[in-house]
Amino acid sequence: MESFLQTLIAGLLLGGLYALIGIGMTLIMGVMKIINLAHGELMMVGMYIAFWMFTLFGIDPYLSVFIASPILFFLGIFIQKFLINPVLKVDSILPENQVILTVGIGMVLANLATIFFKSDYRATPVSYATSAWYLSDYWENAPIDLSLSVPWTVSFVIAVAITIALWFFLSKTDSGKSIRATAQDLDSALLMGVNVKLMRVVTFGLGSALVGAAGCLFIPIYYLFPSMGGQFTLIAFVITILGGLGSTNGAIFGGLILGIFESMTATYVGMGWAPVGRFLIFVAALIFLPGGMASLLKKKRIGK
Amino acid sequence: MKKYLPLIVLAFLAVLPLVGLSSYMLHMVILVIMWSAVGMAWNLLAGYCGQVSFGHAAYFGVGAYTSGILYYQLKLSPWWGIPISIVVVTGFSFLLGLIVLRLRGPFFALATLAMGEMMRVSAENLNWLTGGNIGILIQERTWIDKTYYYYIILAIATATFLVVKYLMQSKIGYYFVAIREDQDAAESLGIDTTWYKTIALCISGALTGIAGAFYTNYMGYIDPHVVFALHDISIVTIMIVMVGGVATLLGPFVGAIIMVFLAELVRSIPGLGVAHQTFFGILLILIIIFLPNGIVGDFQKIKRLFKVGGAYK
Repeated sequence: MESFLQTLIAGLLLGGLYALIGIGMTLIMGVMKIINLAHGELMMVGMYIAFWMFTLFGIDPYLSVFIASPILFFLGIFIQKFLINPVLKVDSILPENQVILTVGIGMVLANLATIFFKSDYRATPVSYATSAWYLSDYWENAPIDLSLSVPWTVSFVIAVAITIALWFFLSKTDSGKSIRATAQDLDSALLMGVNVKLMRVVTFGLGSALVGAAGCLFIPIYYLFPSMGGQFTLIAFVITILGGLGSTNGAIFGGLILGIFESMTATYVGMGWAPVGRFLIFVAALIFLPGGMASLLKKKRIGK
Repeated sequence: MKKYLPLIVLAFLAVLPLVGLSSYMLHMVILVIMWSAVGMAWNLLAGYCGQVSFGHAAYFGVGAYTSGILYYQLKLSPWWGIPISIVVVTGFSFLLGLIVLRLRGPFFALATLAMGEMMRVSAENLNWLTGGNIGILIQERTWIDKTYYYYIILAIATATFLVVKYLMQSKIGYYFVAIREDQDAAESLGIDTTWYKTIALCISGALTGIAGAFYTNYMGYIDPHVVFALHDISIVTIMIVMVGGVATLLGPFVGAIIMVFLAELVRSIPGLGVAHQTFFGILLILIIIFLPNGIVGDFQKIKRLFKVGGAYK
């Protein structure tokens, strides 16, 4: 029972962070209708920014969110404007060219990181990395003892805060509404006077900024190496499918489900099998719930 | 002339070892031919049928492991892997197709990518079957001389070429192209799109699996990170076809020549060697922006570029 609850907590905390990665991808997918396979690599860039900020200037990784996100925002804008937009106009046999293009971008990013930063595994030795809160500290004779790792919890809380901020941006502000309109129906949005081209660029920047922030949140609890991106691209994609394509609400649920499922597999089946659990849930989602969580939410009328 | 080009290329390749290439050069040429076989198989599914797969390492790896497991567990000659992998990989592709062919376009691409990764993790963890991360070492090499391997892979590649060529001239080939151009229209014309996509996937998978089984025999060592590699197998396969020419018969061969030698060239330059993936990435970006149909596919475009006197005559 104790280990079950502990696993559940760990999964929930992991899931919150996963959700942030997934939202970035689902935003880009919703508006651009393309899959950004360089997503994990963008996260890797964000993590390296946080790492160097900590190593060189001693800036706490959590503060680096405010540094890494703007940088990633402009990197995303650059990628969208100068690399992806030209390809959208090119006529070719395979429409998947844009996806393959993002693979190329990801390769370049990962390889440049290897050249400049070597392929060593790195971690930021923050002072609170191993501290934790214990249930028994607050409740004298608790029947079960649970612990809550400090960096995990702080990362989770910040991830939730960012998600809420994003929700306000998307549902209350004009630009947010324009982005959602573009995602829902490009032609109608164009007719209603939405600057679709600008929205695309902004969305790609926003998605990159989100994943950059996620990178900063991951760095106190995870290690860092140049080729880590692919793994996180896959995670983001699984969340996107699980949540329903282009649905931000779905991505949050998808991230939580994936996080819990993954830590359950790691505890009860074996550490090495956690990635397989990830794909099993992905396949199950494809077969039994092709619309993702978004279709369930719609049925219950709580989705947008 | 154009009609006989594949024959000329084949004749040239057949006499190539007689010139007395060094063992290293022969190794390069073997890799070129192996990659063009894999590229042609990928091209059948992606270029002609429009289902862009990012997980051909799954088929390559299953083929390679079929051969490896036959040797490792059953103590059979790994050469049995080549015929047996056809059956195994076809069955595997069929099962995979049941899941991934429900998806379209980019989603299919990513589902196959996930499948490739899933196979790698499984191979790492199924220690009792695959030996896990230690991999499988083929302890007895059949031949020391590479010439035999060369002719075997040449035969495999030729067979792959013929299968793709005759398939694309048949009715099924036209169905494939119809599915690529517009799946809904194809469906409305009475083509059972799911069935034909499954056929394309099975044939493409089996052809890739044979190349994988050859790889085990030739290299003598496999482990999950080598044969199920995302970048070094799946993405390289895509790049070979993208560079050479999507939906062309000779494109994968041209692409394989460029990619294998370019990789070797870049790696041999001191100081730049680590950057070979950056070169690949930039090449891929440039090709997609400027020659979206590859060198063979956009050959007319290149020709026009170098035309002397009046580009628009």
